[in-house]
Amino acid sequence: MRFLDIQKMALHALGKNKIQTALTMLGIVIGVSAVIAMVSLGQGAQKLVQDQVAGMGTNVLQVQGGGGWNAGGGGARQGGDQQSLTEGDVEAIRTEVPTVKLVTPIAQAQGQFIFGNQNWQARVEGSNQSYLEIRGLKIDQGDFFTDADVRTASRVVVIGKTVADNLFQGSDPVGQTIRIRNLPYRVIGVLTAKGQSATGQDQDDVAIMPYTTVQKKMLSSPVPRINRITISAINSQATGPAKDQITNLLRERHAIRQGQPEDFRVNNLTEVAEAAEQTTVIMTLLLGSIAAVSLLVGGIGIMNIMLVSVTERTREIGIRMAIGSRGSYIRMQFLAESVILCMLGGLIGVIVGIGLSLAIARVMGWPSFVSPQAATIAFLFSAATGIFFGYYPAHKAASLDPIEALRYE
Amino acid sequence: MVEAHERARSAATPVILLKDVHKIYRTSEVEVHALQGVSLEVKQGEFVAVMGPSGSGKSTMMNIIGCLDRLSSGTYILDKIDVSTMSKNELADTRNTKIGFVFQAFNLIPRTTAIANVELPMIYAGVPPPERRARAEQALEALGLANKAGSFPNQLSGGQQQRVALARAIASNPAIILADEPTGALDTKTADEIMRIFSQLNADRGITIVLVTHEADIALHAKRLVRFRDGLIQEDRAIVPQDDVLSLLHPLEV
Repeated sequence: MRFLDIQKMALHALGKNKIQTALTMLGIVIGVSAVIAMVSLGQGAQKLVQDQVAGMGTNVLQVQGGGGWNAGGGGARQGGDQQSLTEGDVEAIRTEVPTVKLVTPIAQAQGQFIFGNQNWQARVEGSNQSYLEIRGLKIDQGDFFTDADVRTASRVVVIGKTVADNLFQGSDPVGQTIRIRNLPYRVIGVLTAKGQSATGQDQDDVAIMPYTTVQKKMLSSPVPRINRITISAINSQATGPAKDQITNLLRERHAIRQGQPEDFRVNNLTEVAEAAEQTTVIMTLLLGSIAAVSLLVGGIGIMNIMLVSVTERTREIGIRMAIGSRGSYIRMQFLAESVILCMLGGLIGVIVGIGLSLAIARVMGWPSFVSPQAATIAFLFSAATGIFFGYYPAHKAASLDPIEALRYE
Repeated sequence: MVEAHERARSAATPVILLKDVHKIYRTSEVEVHALQGVSLEVKQGEFVAVMGPSGSGKSTMMNIIGCLDRLSSGTYILDKIDVSTMSKNELADTRNTKIGFVFQAFNLIPRTTAIANVELPMIYAGVPPPERRARAEQALEALGLANKAGSFPNQLSGGQQQRVALARAIASNPAIILADEPTGALDTKTADEIMRIFSQLNADRGITIVLVTHEADIALHAKRLVRFRDGLIQEDRAIVPQDDVLSLLHPLEV
């Protein structure tokens, strides 16, 4: 018997019972599309975290002012509220920790930005000239501020894309003067757009100034405020040692005795990111396995229908055997039916799954991500399901006794 | 045509040769001795009617001749090949190439066109599509069904369905046609029509036919009568022109 004839025969048999075929296939379609959608979702989240890590800059550490989450007694306090970091700390980290490459103090503020009759509320980050390099940011138009701007606390500002769009409505912001808290500031540059963060925050809704400007012109507090210190280590291996060295240095500088809680907190952002990535990997596996269960259920559905079909077609099998079909031909035909059913279901499932992934990504506002591996694996798995769950019914059909089968009513 | 000539020349050699065939069915407790030493020789081109009451062993013998069942002891030689010791696959291949089946219930594959039904045995034999299509068309045409090739079994009358089944049986040029009450589900007129086709195939093509029937008027179309009783052949004789329905029905009183 020719291979092509087996396929044709199987297709013909499937075509005879279109509704039954479609419903059986539906189980596989749902299974495969669920696997693809779930894994794509998980991998999308993973990619998002990776993007975010890249967005934070490479090998970045952060020192938060104030007690850590587990700082004794009064429970957790929000880092940064307490004034504990000084410019001296920044200088000490820069000069005394060998694994540190760049350091910038960060002074945060909020401000109402006014240009002409437009106004816009934005987050202001005060930093030094190293900020761009540490965070891995780029300038789209104009320039970033310099060391001289920091020293003189000049009223210059570099704005994010969202701020630029809202205040300037398409006209060139560079060189324009905007007002914040009744003081004029000159826009010297616009940052390259970064889009949304994983939490849905607009990363372009920001303005950057020299930290001295934020401290003296915007906040004008008596003590120069430093919310946090952002540091980049010389390489990825150095982030761990850098964290320990900075912790020791600051404990010493802040005169914290052994066993006493720290009034600052050093975060290795790479570590945090890795942990987050690990979480998404586990989530992907979990979602994928749950979806795989539905594929399994679909497979059991196939087996069920194929068994019913073998019983229904007992007489037909008897006829086929009487006119000269070997048992193996009957087995191949039934196996081909279930494999075709599964592969067709798998194919539709891949299409539906990709559509679903794109739709979910769109609704969640995530970068759309379709996992080609998940699609390939789910498709192959569906074919394997066809063989696995189709084998027993096919074998049952092949082992029928032709005389008994011919007599079957 | 070449094949018909060949068969005509070898008319003397038996196409079916059963020697002391026993068949014993064993269920958990009971042992049924369905065939108790049957010997039968059917020559090329014969037309044999097999009669006998239910349970007389005629169906068991037909299953063995049809390679659907294996004998318990004895020898069965089909077209010069000993099939007594064949494997399941060899039996399937033998059914495919040597035997054409015609059943009482027609047994066409449902929801499958007439021509596809006729082609089916040739598909299992691995005949390439153009050749098997041509042969199926020829077979249908020979049975006057050229215009029904694309019809489904449920669109055909009983007589037409049985003719499709006959076309399926002859399309692969079998050595014998085995017919199990082929007219049992048909009205008298159609039954007569089908029997004339059998006679024609036997006369024109020299195809050997073994036909099981309960009805004497059907058996009258054959040239030889084999009667079964209690697992043995009770009567084996030629059907002569003088025979009528009564002489076949009451053999003991003749």
